[in-house]
Amino acid sequence: MYTLTIDTSTQSLGVAILKDNEVLGEIITNIAKNHSVRLMPAIDYLLREVGLEPKQLSKIVVAKGPGSYTGVRIGLTTAKTLAWSLKIPVVGVSSLEGLAYRGLLTNSLICPFFDARRGLIYTGLYEVNGDSLVLVEKEQNILIEDWLKQLEKMERNILFISPDIQKHRQLIKERLSSYAEIPEMPYHIMNPSDLALAAIDKVEDQVHTLTPNYLRLAEAEAKWLKAQEDKANG
Amino acid sequence: MGEFNMKDTYILGIETSCDETAVAIVKNGREIISNVVASQIESHKRFGGVVPEIASRHHVEQITLVLEEAFQESGLSFNDIDAIAVTEGPGLVGALLIGVNAAKALAFANNKPLVGVHHIAGHIYANQLMEEFQFPLLALIVSGGHTELVLMKEHGSYEVIGETRDDAAGEAYDKVARMLNLPYPGGPHIDRLAREGEISIDFPRAWLEEDSYDFSFSGLKSAVINKIHNANQKGITLKPEDIAASFQASVIDVLVTKTVKAAKQYQVKQVIVAGGVAANRGLRAELEVRFSETGIPLLIPPLKLCTDNAAMIAAAGTIDFEKGNRAGLDLNANPSLLLK
Ligand SMILES: [Zn+2]
Repeated sequence: MYTLTIDTSTQSLGVAILKDNEVLGEIITNIAKNHSVRLMPAIDYLLREVGLEPKQLSKIVVAKGPGSYTGVRIGLTTAKTLAWSLKIPVVGVSSLEGLAYRGLLTNSLICPFFDARRGLIYTGLYEVNGDSLVLVEKEQNILIEDWLKQLEKMERNILFISPDIQKHRQLIKERLSSYAEIPEMPYHIMNPSDLALAAIDKVEDQVHTLTPNYLRLAEAEAKWLKAQEDKANG
Repeated sequence: MGEFNMKDTYILGIETSCDETAVAIVKNGREIISNVVASQIESHKRFGGVVPEIASRHHVEQITLVLEEAFQESGLSFNDIDAIAVTEGPGLVGALLIGVNAAKALAFANNKPLVGVHHIAGHIYANQLMEEFQFPLLALIVSGGHTELVLMKEHGSYEVIGETRDDAAGEAYDKVARMLNLPYPGGPHIDRLAREGEISIDFPRAWLEEDSYDFSFSGLKSAVINKIHNANQKGITLKPEDIAASFQASVIDVLVTKTVKAAKQYQVKQVIVAGGVAANRGLRAELEVRFSETGIPLLIPPLKLCTDNAAMIAAAGTIDFEKGNRAGLDLNANPSLLLK
């Protein structure tokens, strides 16, 4: 059983191939380059390196967001089309959950997040339960200030993992002081093979209905809905 | 046929450059085997135009469904497909990316050649699905995003001899339609109103330089807006039908006159009209009248092939495929791709 995993939801690009639960190979880059240009060649390269043909793949796992809208769609389109064409299952895993697996060995709560501009973050709260993670606080698009206030009340150690950690490190330390645990930089980038781990206990998706986990309406849609609401309220 | 058995070529086409998710299979560049278009127009109507982010969201939701339907309709399997042709540009980058990445995944999974197609080349080749090309030919492409005159001396060779310097014709239609409070997309509504109105207002025609085949519609658009404003200020109500008729007359006059002039100068054997605005009845009628006088055959594809579809991309892609043009797995969407 060969699993291909794909993550293009943030600046980093990750592709992994696993045989059952063993990692055969992994590619990770963390540079600001075009996912559309580089994803398919990366998959091609990795398959060649491990000596596999596309037809030998038995499952695809993809990080379905939140993150960069365009990045998420590139990964998802590639994963869905590969799965549809190869007639194999596809599983979409939240990009936050995938990232949170970097903290699988901790006893603390795990808070993965991505910066969402204008003081907002995409985030959620996870906890280790045996070999997998459970969601403690639902994923959301929230002001970091509001989020940290909620976390403060928990009075528990929290491991923060984020490719955007530098931008918010100081604020987190200020608000949560000794409850905040921030690991070294290499821990803030998703390991694409972790996605396979996260997918183990998940039901496979229907290829046609697997859609991105945007956590946010398109701006035009939000405005339109607000206008409808205003109209309804006179 | 009989004595030598030429193998048929089947090309899978994918088009996602704007607000249609489309997949088609075309045989030998001429025969449509299947042609599926999932339009998003209903979703964009409430915004009064295509919202790029919403378009991209719909494409990713639709792409595998449309692929499946195209194969079901064709009765073929991937083994029968010789290559995958996809719109590489121009268009909305986020929308193009869905088609391009789906095409690359298909090419990779099935070990098939990949061909990148220019959207306008696709519009031109929509005609090849109706009638064989005779060269040299002149193509007039008019749509929401394009107004171009393209000269072709042989298959796959394109020379842009005229293009818009500001708004596309379809864009001007949409803007004037908005001024007249017509629903999106405005083109068909103006065309309908124009038939009920009189050409009573003398709107300007931008001929530009004597020898130029370029177009310009922003001046006309401003003239229409000014005319409406001035009338409103004086308390005069202009009939929307007359505004539509007069506006349309100006657009059509310039489009048709320049097309006829270019067709004569380059002594073309065929004139092809393509793009969404080719569905405009007023434009069709005027072209037919003016070209019947010249004796140059005029080809306008049926409505279904005028608007964005993937059969046209597969048809144009067949030529690229036969010429040996291949794209790599690093193919990217190019929103401002040039036609050459
Ligand atoms: Zn078009």
